[in-house]
Amino acid sequence: MSRSYDRALTVFSPDGHLFQVEYALEAVKKGTCAVGVRGADVVVLGVEKKSILQLQDPRTVRKVVMLDDHICFAFAGLTADGRVLIDKARVECQSHRLTVEDPVTVEYITRHIAGIQQRYTQSGGVRPFGISTLIVGFDPYDTKPRLYQTEPSGIYSAWKANAIGRSSKTVREFLEKNHRDDLTREEAIKLTVKSLLEVVQTGAKNIEISVMESYGKITHLDLTQIEAIVAEIEREKEAEAERKRSRLAATAAGQAAMTQRAGDAGPSQ
Amino acid sequence: METSFALTGKGYVIIASDTTAARSIVKMKIDEDKVKALGPHLLMAHSGEPGDTLQFAEYVERNIRLYNIRHNYSLSPSAAASWVRRSLAESLRSRHPYSVNLLLGGYDVPAKEPHLYWIDYLGTMSEVPFGAHGYGSYFALSLLDRYHNPDASLEEGIATLKRCIDEVAKRLIVSPSKYTVKVVDKDGVREIEV
Repeated sequence: MSRSYDRALTVFSPDGHLFQVEYALEAVKKGTCAVGVRGADVVVLGVEKKSILQLQDPRTVRKVVMLDDHICFAFAGLTADGRVLIDKARVECQSHRLTVEDPVTVEYITRHIAGIQQRYTQSGGVRPFGISTLIVGFDPYDTKPRLYQTEPSGIYSAWKANAIGRSSKTVREFLEKNHRDDLTREEAIKLTVKSLLEVVQTGAKNIEISVMESYGKITHLDLTQIEAIVAEIEREKEAEAERKRSRLAATAAGQAAMTQRAGDAGPSQ
Repeated sequence: METSFALTGKGYVIIASDTTAARSIVKMKIDEDKVKALGPHLLMAHSGEPGDTLQFAEYVERNIRLYNIRHNYSLSPSAAASWVRRSLAESLRSRHPYSVNLLLGGYDVPAKEPHLYWIDYLGTMSEVPFGAHGYGSYFALSLLDRYHNPDASLEEGIATLKRCIDEVAKRLIVSPSKYTVKVVDKDGVREIEV
């Protein structure tokens, strides 16, 4: 009997840390980056895709999945853990419809997922989920886009824009600088791609974008669309650099002219 | 009394069910929809013990939806019918079996053909060109034997269905007054007026 007490991996360290939960957060930091951006009436999920091996079937590697008609889900961390959590969430979505004849709200399913994650930090014989999640969608009979995040500890919170996974700090800081509340669809998509490009060196082919515009209306952008957006961002960056160069040149020329004139006037006095 | 018919035609299945909800000898309601759309190309008419029918139909609906979301494609009509039959067969061997009779029709999109399955509360299933449940079936089956044509257009199929409805109205003592009629074909599920 007494053996059941020391089965838990997650016990406090003397200074109050749960090491297993902190290690789970490390696993999240190793995972591919995922970004969520809320616009005025749209919400965008972008993820960094691992490169597909030459002989691999790309359709079997999915990082953005649907939980229900109106809820979209992305995660960073251990993919195998993600799969288990996704399945539990999908069953809950249908179970909720069966019991109350209404689809789940985004907050409800987020709370449910966070609840599962929390349970795995306090039960015997289990380890925490090594994933953070971004959950986006629209509540039934509502037009406001929603974005939530959950963590291995079971914390959940609502965001205007957020990033999880590899280099998420850099991306979050970029989002903090550039996010506005009234982003249109195109602007929100562009901001998502732009923020992902901060950490994805390989460009369009390693980015996956999903856009949700209203209840149940979701589009996954294909490669050519993402390539077009990346090209546009590159052009803008190029133009910006060009402007900077010419401005620098102009000031340099101005200064040169001034010293020239000063030099001309000098000896005549 | 409860009656439901279904028949296949060229690229479609029509399913019709009466709309009465009765208890003992009393009609409680005459606009109950007993034909459920289980997916974009799947219909199911349910009859039997009231309560059981709805409970089981919703259970099936949610499980089929869960399958769609998990796998990103729909169950084919034959796969769905097999799953439903098995659920009923397992239920029959439990302490509280569902007492539900079903007509399950669907359009198999990849194979481009309609399928109809007749399932009863004992877990009997057979694929049929047409089928019926309830007292109405005693009148309708002979008519469908005579008039059913697997290559009939939708209009001809509806005409055959009307014959069945009219015959039941004429001969059955406790004939239902109204029917819901739904069609499933390559364009999906829709309700029609007859």
